[in-house]
Amino acid sequence: MTEQVLVAEPVPAGWPRRAVAAAVRQRELTLVALIVVMGALVALQAPQLLSPSNLTQVSVIASIIGIAAVGQALVVLTRNVDLSVESTIGLVAFVVADVLAVRLLDPPLAMALGVGLGLVLGVVNGILVAGFGVPSIVATLGTLSIYRGIDFLIAGGKQVTLTDLPQGYTAAARATVLGVPLFLAIAVAIIAVFAIVLRQTSFGRQVYAVGSNPEAAAVLGIPARRIVLVVFALCGMLAGVAGVLWGIEFGTINATAATGVVLQVVAAVVVGGVNIFGGSGTVVGAGLGSLFLAFISNALILLRLSQFWLQAIYGLVILIAVAVDAVVTRRLARATSGRRAVAAGGPRR
Amino acid sequence: MIARSIGTGRVTALGTALVLLLAACGGGGASPSPAGEATPATTAPAETPAESPAAPGGAGPNVVFIPKAVNNPYFDAAAEGAQKAAGELGGQFTQIGSNNAIAAEQIPFIQDATTQGYDAIVVSATGADEVAPALRAAMEAGIKVVGYDSSPAEGAYDVFVNQTDFSLIGGAMAQWACDLAPDCSGEIAILSATATATNQNAWIADMEQALQDPQFANLTLVETVYGDDDPQKSTTQAQGLLQKYPNLKVIIAPTTVGILAAAQVVKQAGVSDSVKVTGLGLPNDMKEFVRDGTTPKFGLWSVPDLGYLAYYVAAKLVAGEITGAPGETFTVPGLNNGQPYTIGDKSVVILGPPFEFTPENIDQFNF
Repeated sequence: MTEQVLVAEPVPAGWPRRAVAAAVRQRELTLVALIVVMGALVALQAPQLLSPSNLTQVSVIASIIGIAAVGQALVVLTRNVDLSVESTIGLVAFVVADVLAVRLLDPPLAMALGVGLGLVLGVVNGILVAGFGVPSIVATLGTLSIYRGIDFLIAGGKQVTLTDLPQGYTAAARATVLGVPLFLAIAVAIIAVFAIVLRQTSFGRQVYAVGSNPEAAAVLGIPARRIVLVVFALCGMLAGVAGVLWGIEFGTINATAATGVVLQVVAAVVVGGVNIFGGSGTVVGAGLGSLFLAFISNALILLRLSQFWLQAIYGLVILIAVAVDAVVTRRLARATSGRRAVAAGGPRR
Repeated sequence: MIARSIGTGRVTALGTALVLLLAACGGGGASPSPAGEATPATTAPAETPAESPAAPGGAGPNVVFIPKAVNNPYFDAAAEGAQKAAGELGGQFTQIGSNNAIAAEQIPFIQDATTQGYDAIVVSATGADEVAPALRAAMEAGIKVVGYDSSPAEGAYDVFVNQTDFSLIGGAMAQWACDLAPDCSGEIAILSATATATNQNAWIADMEQALQDPQFANLTLVETVYGDDDPQKSTTQAQGLLQKYPNLKVIIAPTTVGILAAAQVVKQAGVSDSVKVTGLGLPNDMKEFVRDGTTPKFGLWSVPDLGYLAYYVAAKLVAGEITGAPGETFTVPGLNNGQPYTIGDKSVVILGPPFEFTPENIDQFNF
């Protein structure tokens, strides 16, 4: 019985599994290649692209979005989505900045408060989805508004500016560790940790299992609801980290901070090859996806193209990524057809 | 928040400018005024504290200010000036209003004020046409109505006190850029609000016009970018400007959000010595950057002076010294270099040219 309902690691035979792994890896390699090629082409027109200060700037934005995208990837892997991340980022950014502005807490404690707040907001999402069975798109659409509403209640028309923050607090945005921008180092560390957790731990395999085939996961006795609760909590926590970094990077924070960012986060996840229907993809892909999008947006500015193109190009990139994903998964499904389990990432619903 | 269906282009721009200011009103400091919604936010008996508000027996008038919203640092600054004028004239100053800049919430305050025995109502209209009937009713009841900051519809006020001549802003910005660029030469760029912002576009057009003047021949306007009055977008766009134009000398931001974002970016990039920021901003936002040399000069109008002038105009209307007819002149101590003001077309009085903030005067302002 169990042999036939294999989930995360479908089909005893070796090759489809390898094909899946190759496809996923290929997506990551494709992204790396795209970033390099695009970087080279843009640099011909706009050599400033490769200037250290510009690369730092791109990496800072990519890191903030990337950290949030790691959390989003975990949620999407379980066939859910968290649309509230941008409100979490905004609320955390404001609360941390406000607490610092009135000197209520020292920076380390304020940052910890921000991450903790993100965790709490994530747990609320998790309880709604896993506890009350509200579809995640509905639940987080609700909390998207609620968290932003709380932000407005606290902030009103107020804004915290660089001048209000402790001296040197925002310098962290330009700090480096062994020559690597601090934010990038933090993002890489977070991605590495979650990549290992997903690959090496039973929790990680259960995340894939829940998203890959919830019914089978239930039969196997995998505590799907607990897994979903945990990924939402982690997503909120990582959005909290992103919110803290957002505040450091931008310095000026009001109640509208990070509005619209969920588009970038979800785009990074999808472009990074995480299957929107759950069950396949990696956090490394999500991280590369955010780097790719940050590069595009930076290149558009440097090429002096109208920023009005930006929205359209984001949309186009997402469509292309999803289309490629659909084609790849269909091919894979055909290749493994006749077998009992559809390879991870196969069409469902 | 949106100034709807306002009569003239200039006034539309004015309403938008206010929206912009409201949106940008910063300063972490909590407003000291009480948050009561239907209660007078400020009551200043001025020099004649013994007088009962219902029967003002002092020499001066009993004037009520109804801003778009109370507990807003911008209007608090205007109230400060009005209070000073009340003190000088021996009049009464009261400020009432809603917490929200919404016409439907402002109208009841106007109607209440009409029945409370005030000599004059000074109002910043949340919606020019929406508040007009209530203001006309007040005028019919014999109360003088003065608009300030944001104009009510024509015919619904005796005099409108405009904060500045908007046509002077473009030229002033060109002059500031010239003053800040070494030898008045080099690349300059504009960081604006949204691409569709009426007032910003008008100012930018004026500025481009002004730059044609031979004295600015060595200034090159390389690009205008739009930060949508969003701190993050403005930051990204300002960072982009620094990357795109390594020889950039001045960033001009005719928006309070943009100028703050640009100053922060320039300061964080450590290029305050070679790239200067100017434009329109709030003194409290910009103090640090004025002191450290990132923004040695920028402009706006003096908001306390706006309240001060509005109170004086109300007092003169009440005293019958003026009626609000175009062509009438009057003087206000300490304003307009002591020269008389002339009531212009549509009964509008203009406070003066854009006010220039510098390291020498910045500390006198708190809004």
